[in-house]
Amino acid sequence: MSEKSHDPNQMTGAAMIVRALIDHGVTDIFGYPGGAVLPIYDEIFQQSEVQHILVRHEQGAGHAAEGYARSTGKPGVALVTSGPGATNMVTPLTDALMDSIPLVCISGQVPTHLIGNDAFQECDTVGITRPCTKHNWLVRDVNDLAKVLHEAFYVATSGRPGPVLVDVPKDVQFATGTYHPPRKSDVHRSYAPRVKGDATQIRKAVALLANAKRPVIYSGGGVINSGPEATKLLRELVEVTGFPITSTLMGLGAYPASGKNWLGMLGMHGTYEANMTMHDCDVMLCVGARFDDRITGRVDAFSPGSKKIHIDIDPSSINKNIRVDVPIIGDCGNILGDILQVFKAEAKKPDIKSWWQQIAQWRARNSLYYKKSNDVILPQHAIQSLFEATRGKDTYITTEVGQHQMWAAQFYGFEEPHRWMTSGGLGTMGYGLPAAVGVQVAHPDSLVIDIAGDASVQMTMQEMSTAVQYELPIKIFILNNQYMGMVRQWQQLLHGNRLSHSYSEALPDFVKLAEAYGAVGLQVHKPADLEGAIKEMISVKRPVLFDCRVAALENCFPMIPSGKAHNEMLLPEQANDEATAKAFAGGKALV
Amino acid sequence: MNQPASAYFIEDRHDPNETHTLAVLVQNEPGVLARVIGLFSGRGYNIESLTVSETEAQKHLSRITIVTTGTPMVIEQIKHQLDRMIPVYRVVDMTLTRRSIERELAMVKVRGQGEHRVEALRLADAFRARVIDATTESFVFEITGNTDKINQFIDLMRPLGLVEVSRTGVAAIGRGPEGM
Repeated sequence: MSEKSHDPNQMTGAAMIVRALIDHGVTDIFGYPGGAVLPIYDEIFQQSEVQHILVRHEQGAGHAAEGYARSTGKPGVALVTSGPGATNMVTPLTDALMDSIPLVCISGQVPTHLIGNDAFQECDTVGITRPCTKHNWLVRDVNDLAKVLHEAFYVATSGRPGPVLVDVPKDVQFATGTYHPPRKSDVHRSYAPRVKGDATQIRKAVALLANAKRPVIYSGGGVINSGPEATKLLRELVEVTGFPITSTLMGLGAYPASGKNWLGMLGMHGTYEANMTMHDCDVMLCVGARFDDRITGRVDAFSPGSKKIHIDIDPSSINKNIRVDVPIIGDCGNILGDILQVFKAEAKKPDIKSWWQQIAQWRARNSLYYKKSNDVILPQHAIQSLFEATRGKDTYITTEVGQHQMWAAQFYGFEEPHRWMTSGGLGTMGYGLPAAVGVQVAHPDSLVIDIAGDASVQMTMQEMSTAVQYELPIKIFILNNQYMGMVRQWQQLLHGNRLSHSYSEALPDFVKLAEAYGAVGLQVHKPADLEGAIKEMISVKRPVLFDCRVAALENCFPMIPSGKAHNEMLLPEQANDEATAKAFAGGKALV
Repeated sequence: MNQPASAYFIEDRHDPNETHTLAVLVQNEPGVLARVIGLFSGRGYNIESLTVSETEAQKHLSRITIVTTGTPMVIEQIKHQLDRMIPVYRVVDMTLTRRSIERELAMVKVRGQGEHRVEALRLADAFRARVIDATTESFVFEITGNTDKINQFIDLMRPLGLVEVSRTGVAAIGRGPEGM
């Protein structure tokens, strides 16, 4: 044998992929084999450092990797084959792009000489995934593979995190080349996300904060993405300034829901006090959020009297939807640290007593009110019971998309970041169950609950099989109202109560379904049985499908009707037929 | 592009459209043009003209010049969206610097006889267009200049027997000794 063959860095492309995963500290990946990735699966078979979780559909691999990433702060990794394997990844990639989740997807591709030939299971993977990744690569030479893999991890996790995809043709997986460990020169010189905030802007921000009479802090997922330091600093800033704080759906947990300055979530289904505070404030500090349309309501009536400070690592988030006065580009942890330092040195806690009195009046409207019943379980009550039963436990919550998701955000109190996994930007029904699989893989001893709807959960139900195979005791807590609740709510509000295809005519028996998968099925109808059933669900150390039969026609309030401003919320007690008809008149086209 | 101050140029979204010329320096790698074009189509931005060519072969650098229209808020977004793409080095708004030269090249085919033919030649001379192909009944003119000048020349050729036009789109460069 030649000298060269003993070089430990000489290896096949497939071996390089596994080696790169190990070098980046990856311990778990989610995937599904197929023709174009067989060499990689062969390498996975012959090692034990990287555990592979076999999903039942590639979309499940993507969402599981997302759940893994969001609950750990580490990148999630998915491995899929060419053609349908790659196209099935489009939804999770888009989801991760919208919610800034670090995801590394490795896809197999047909051999280089067949690319463009309409070969079996060929598709233009980099073309298809270009708009739904932060960046992607097709590797045509095995000697480029190490560099590309290392860059992929760097791009996914740095700056504004996001999904990346590396497409590797089968002949490149077989070919032998030279591997190198990660090094700085692996990254495009053109890619240098800005971390440190501009000092002048920070001073301007502090001057605004120090003189605020009616301030509010509006935080988002960026704080959680920035890492534990950002969360700590955000909490400290709230403490030092005494300001009220609200958060987007993505940012829940950065400030504890039990904290005294907490206003609840803002936006379309946010609390009255959060939205009124946003509307009437004079200084708004937006940290790691992006003025999404679910947050702002009517843009030209959004917080009309305020000076706005916007901290974001992505310059394209600045002034995209709402014009701000003091943009600060950089990492929010870094910038919050600088703001705190300047504030502590030069400013004192502003007197905002009268502002808090005003907020207390808004709070007193009790916008999350609902009427409990002894006959039927109200979905809000179900979430509250779940919250009470899991309080103080090491719990992670995922959700699907719809009414149950909003109720979970409203009624489940998050005390820590990384505990809440939900599809915010893309709104992917079917996210929660596979995400729970990913979370449970990362946290095998924790309690992982997917708060689900009966419609959403059926979109990726097959991953129950994954949970059973790997003994992942995830709990699927289905708020079963036999409707696509949010679709129905909109049809009731905006489409003359014509419930077009929003009713599930043939729901499966979830208990039997659970048993068919080898999991545990539980069902509860009566409010009196709820608490006991939840306890049972928690105590079972196996995957559970929990069929919680809830009031079928309950709707999600409070709500900012489409095309309306923050101070035009519809509160639950006002939501009679006439008031809703009036509130929604003319808003039909505005989603 | 990274100064927060650039964010201040934002006006109300009912503002009239402006035309801006953007110079984008990119890593010349497979798919980079598709990324840029995909950004424009995906986000609903306009492309009036687009030129691209490798400018520094050794460093694998290409320069893309894009003429786009939009409200000031949209133009600002376009620049940020371009700038955050991984293979993009720099984005310069040539219109905002007010110190740039823009040129376009067009080849214009005109067919005619008699007085029309003479007039076409005369106008070509006035516009400093060169004849690069001729037959007894046609000319191909080569003309360079800014977009307005070329548009004007083409308009003048129309009644004289304009057959077809091939244009390169706008290339732009800053005045003075500094590079972008």
